[in-house]
Amino acid sequence: MTPSMLSWALPGALFLIVAAMVLCLVRLLKGPAAQDRVLALDCLYLNGMLLMLVLGIYYGSVHYFEAAMLIALLGFASSTAMAKFLLRGEVIE
Amino acid sequence: MNAQNLPLWLDITVSLLVLAGAGIAFLGSLGLLRLKTYFERVHAPAIIATMACWCVMHATLLYFSVVGEGLAVHALLIALFVAITVPVTNVFLMRAALFRARRMGHKVPPNLSRAGSDEAREL
Repeated sequence: MTPSMLSWALPGALFLIVAAMVLCLVRLLKGPAAQDRVLALDCLYLNGMLLMLVLGIYYGSVHYFEAAMLIALLGFASSTAMAKFLLRGEVIE
Repeated sequence: MNAQNLPLWLDITVSLLVLAGAGIAFLGSLGLLRLKTYFERVHAPAIIATMACWCVMHATLLYFSVVGEGLAVHALLIALFVAITVPVTNVFLMRAALFRARRMGHKVPPNLSRAGSDEAREL
């Protein structure tokens, strides 16, 4: 049996998404202003959601879908809350 | 991983879609890291919420529709949810960034709706 293309495409995709999360983490740690950090966190949760979906294909299980849905829901709520907190102007340094 | 007896077309299509999605996610994050100002940076992650998310969602939908039983449209739910919520978050973040830039005296376009909402009156 020939080795399937998915057996190297999925680890490659996982590696790329983890690298993307590392780049977001660098921006999160060094972002000059608070809105940069919130934007990096927003990007980080989108990447984490994609990671969960790819892991679901990798293990052939539909249960990872629920984790991805949960990450999307909580990420939206937290990003909106933090953006609203910045908009009220209580954290002007 | 149990992907041994998949049809060839599914193997190739799912691989290409997942690789495209991961590569686009990497590019979006690279843009987030590399661009100079905040107002350039805020554009980069939008490609993750659109192209990368839809590529990976289509790969998931295709894979589980062929491997599992029946049509697996549950992945569509995530993509629709992200397509609805990410613009809301981005608009909030942009308004917060403009507000803070005006407060700190940076050179940004002035507020046009001065007698409008609460945020407009605070400026």
